[in-house]
Amino acid sequence: MSLYARVVHHPIRVQALVDEVGGPEDGAVLVFLGTVRDHNDGRRVEGVRYEAYESMAREVLEEILVDASRATGVDRIGALHRVGELSVGDVSVAIVVASPHREQAYAASRRVIEEIKARLPVWKKELYVDGRETWLEGRDPRFAGSPAGRSAGGSE
Amino acid sequence: MEVRTLFFAAYRDALGLSELAVTLPEGASVSDLVRSLRGRGTPFEVLPGDPAVAVNRRYSPMDRVLEGGDEVAFIPPVAGG
Repeated sequence: MSLYARVVHHPIRVQALVDEVGGPEDGAVLVFLGTVRDHNDGRRVEGVRYEAYESMAREVLEEILVDASRATGVDRIGALHRVGELSVGDVSVAIVVASPHREQAYAASRRVIEEIKARLPVWKKELYVDGRETWLEGRDPRFAGSPAGRSAGGSE
Repeated sequence: MEVRTLFFAAYRDALGLSELAVTLPEGASVSDLVRSLRGRGTPFEVLPGDPAVAVNRRYSPMDRVLEGGDEVAFIPPVAGG
């Protein structure tokens, strides 16, 4: 079992995470990257500031990986969430799942990103080209796992 | 007893503070803490009456009984990813 969860302040090095998680027994190594996009709700985005309750976020991220591992049988998952100021195109989240077979890898990766969005104590302030900024509407983490929580906004 | 409260993101910006020590009677619950803070008036009424709260880094219900030294974080709706 190799579950690797971190909240980081530095740019995410994807290959380093792949090296951390993958091994010679794997037939599939699946990488998901969440990146900062240049628009939201019709406004041009210049950058994003992510903030986390870091000590809790690390524990919750570890829980998310443990849950995903139990649910899918995949036992090698790495997930990083970056915090601080990010520019358009920067990687905010990286999830690497290594598995002998791809079906479980896709299921685990999907589950991890959905749970991150539902309950990781992280917040996102968008900085717009026109100089304004706003905290993004988020999800109530108490609804994590319920249909209401899953449908309430948010996209990669 | 005294608990340590933490405020993040939109809550912190609205309150103008990230951390506050709060004295409560023994046996007080999370909801007693919320009532006590909101009862202070401006700017604390920006906190919802039924916020998501983590006690010692775990999401906790409003009826959770607090102990001295607990870390109680007010968690605005989350937006990671």
